Amino acid sequence: MAKTVQEITDRCQVLFDDIDFTESRKWKEAEPGRKVIGYMPVYVPREIIHAAGMLPLGILGGGADMEVIHGDAYYQSYICRIPRSTIELAVTKRLDFVDGMLFPSICDVIRNLSGIWQMMFKDKYVRYFDVPQNFKDGIGGTFYANEMREFREGLERLSGRKITDEAINNSIAVFNENRRMVNEVYDFRSETPWKAPSWEVYLLMRAGMVLPVEEHTQMMQDYLDAAKAEDRPLRDNCRIVLNGSFCEQPPLNMVKSIEMAGCYVVDDDFMLVNRWLLEDVPTSGDPIANLATAFIHHSEDTAAKYEPDGEKKGRWLVQKVKDRRAEGVIFAAPSFCDPALLDRPMLAGRLKEAGVPYISFKYAENSGQMQPIREQAGTFADSIKLWSEAS
Amino acid sequence: MSAEAKSEVIKEPSMLKQKEMIANNYDKLTSAHELGIKTASTFVPGNLNELIMCFDMANNLPEINAIQNGMRKKSGGMIMDAERSGHSEDVCTYVKADIGMMSKGNIAPNGKPMPAPDVLLLSYTGCFTFMKWFELLREEYKCPTTMLHVPYEADGKITPNMRDYVVKQLKEEVIPTLEQASGVKFDIDRLREYLRNSAKAEDDLVWVLESAKNKPSPVDCYFGGVYYIGPIFTAFRGTEDAIEYYQLLRKEVEERIAAGKGPITPEGEMKEEKYRLVVEGPPNWTSFRDFWKMFYDEGAVVVSSSYTKVGGVYDYDGFRHDPDNPLESLADYCLGCYTNRNLPTRVDMLARYIEEYEADGLLINSIKSCNSFSAGQLMMMREVEERTGKPAAFIETDLVDPRYFSAANVKNRLESYFQMVDQKRKGGGSAAAA
Repeated sequence: MAKTVQEITDRCQVLFDDIDFTESRKWKEAEPGRKVIGYMPVYVPREIIHAAGMLPLGILGGGADMEVIHGDAYYQSYICRIPRSTIELAVTKRLDFVDGMLFPSICDVIRNLSGIWQMMFKDKYVRYFDVPQNFKDGIGGTFYANEMREFREGLERLSGRKITDEAINNSIAVFNENRRMVNEVYDFRSETPWKAPSWEVYLLMRAGMVLPVEEHTQMMQDYLDAAKAEDRPLRDNCRIVLNGSFCEQPPLNMVKSIEMAGCYVVDDDFMLVNRWLLEDVPTSGDPIANLATAFIHHSEDTAAKYEPDGEKKGRWLVQKVKDRRAEGVIFAAPSFCDPALLDRPMLAGRLKEAGVPYISFKYAENSGQMQPIREQAGTFADSIKLWSEAS
Repeated sequence: MSAEAKSEVIKEPSMLKQKEMIANNYDKLTSAHELGIKTASTFVPGNLNELIMCFDMANNLPEINAIQNGMRKKSGGMIMDAERSGHSEDVCTYVKADIGMMSKGNIAPNGKPMPAPDVLLLSYTGCFTFMKWFELLREEYKCPTTMLHVPYEADGKITPNMRDYVVKQLKEEVIPTLEQASGVKFDIDRLREYLRNSAKAEDDLVWVLESAKNKPSPVDCYFGGVYYIGPIFTAFRGTEDAIEYYQLLRKEVEERIAAGKGPITPEGEMKEEKYRLVVEGPPNWTSFRDFWKMFYDEGAVVVSSSYTKVGGVYDYDGFRHDPDNPLESLADYCLGCYTNRNLPTRVDMLARYIEEYEADGLLINSIKSCNSFSAGQLMMMREVEERTGKPAAFIETDLVDPRYFSAANVKNRLESYFQMVDQKRKGGGSAAAA
């Protein structure tokens, strides 16, 4: 029997709330020898982990409700919350089943967290996952391919078995399918935002952080089928793109509050790992070379990436606004987030040139007071509806 | 400090030499366009000064400009200007001071405006913010920008893949861009010559830094160290001037050791060495003199610091620029800068300094707006304490934002720390030479 939106959303909510990662633990316990590899934002090639027969597990901090006691002893007050709540998850043994952790190259805080992990968890596989900021095949592409080969060898040592090219190509196909479905969900929301509220889409994408990819793909298909069939009222909301939330996640209430304030979120940068590669990766030939080429030539733009061409800087956001027929942008970045906050003036400049209205605010994953955000987003929505040229 | 005491400070030949070098460089920069000299802006960590010199270009370092403005009490207003124009209060204050400086006419310490750079040489070494900083500057200057992405030494070692990546970028990106910007053809033999000069100066720098193993230490390797690293971290590495500066400095330090003298402070020679410290993190620049005074008033000398390794690590594993392998050597230099090393290596360095320099403990000056240094320092502190058995303390300030320097708080913390060191000694710890 087909699942309803409510049923799917309820299951996603359970997965979201469960900071003990019960579902991932169950996956690991189902067969002896299974291993789980945690990764932090913003991108890792999950295909290689999958090909190793391991579960990639997205670790996005402890969320709004987890009390951070130990984690605060590791970080000063002027450092964002995600590293402290991630440490809290670890020292409270919520990550004790995780066999390895990946810390992607996104900022100095996540980079240094890799060193803390090396010192705290000496028996675990820990890798700072470096990616190139040079986007030429023979330079950055070669470097990145070699980094992925080292990563592959590391997982082989961890599992005690070879990861074949064939296995990676098969996994690439699985993730291609997953990405296609993610993009379908995003397109569906953009076309009919009243049928796919952003908090539901958010939860659906979060489920992809903890579930096996095949299950997540099916879940998204089920959601699309159910959401398309469901009749929901169209509100007189404006359409906005949300930017800056690619690492530490906002409280779910913030996503809800923005929508309740009159803004349909028609695109965002939550969990970019789900959509990082913009095209299908070839499923034959050298899979490492193919993944490297995809990263170099067809990957998302975000603040953690260098833009070699000054003329192109930030144009992608203006293009996204056009593509999604958005009427404005909300910059919502975590406090003390260097990439998002340093990038923001440049992105804002591009929006200004293009005549796209925007507002900015900051949050922490445990921000509790949503009234100011609701008021700010509501005023922004009103200003667009009442005063923009399009209205 | 009284006016009388100020007038008593005698400038040693090395100080005068450095002062002259810096003044000449600012004059060269501010008259670059009149003289037909091209300028490159770049950063202290990953500073490719020898390479820049190969193209007859002048080297402008925005961090140093921010520091100059911090020490001259000008950075506060610049930072607020940048914040008013949309830059977050949460991000690096060097960046905001630099952007604010532009809005105030980009005036150099000699009172003349800085020229717009002909090229931005973005060496992304050990600090993510650098990348965004140059993207922001590119918006202002609209000049050619070349990026040198230096991978992070995440496992405490340089892999062939890392080195090859950096060398390839030098060959295929950086050098062609500098050739184009300057109109000068690259000559690798010229680079070798400069690197040979660098290694000579580096030998003497390391000798000076390691002279702090003497008791009393003839040098302060944090506050005083800032001056010692000045030439080699900025626009002079690879020059004859730098060789001469470090020879003069070494000679002066040799004389101080022979005379059993302590370090020179802004109020003259420090008389009694009561505490020997290792310091992690950059200094605060807006209250630099007041901050330093809190140490020398208590007889505290910094015998080693991580900040003096931020623009190159020459002591820990003996790196020297190598004229026989010029590009590989530049790559290894960039890869080895302090904040590009992983936390376990940073802990090992600090613990070794405490042991080798017979320090009483570790002091961390945690900088509010510098995640590259600050994220993880609390863990580092505990690890160093555990490994050495020496007490550690933690203070918090900022680089060039005067709003985040609370003199009373810092002084209180330091006094408590010195009491802690005293207590530890009573409990059997080693005493510094009086």
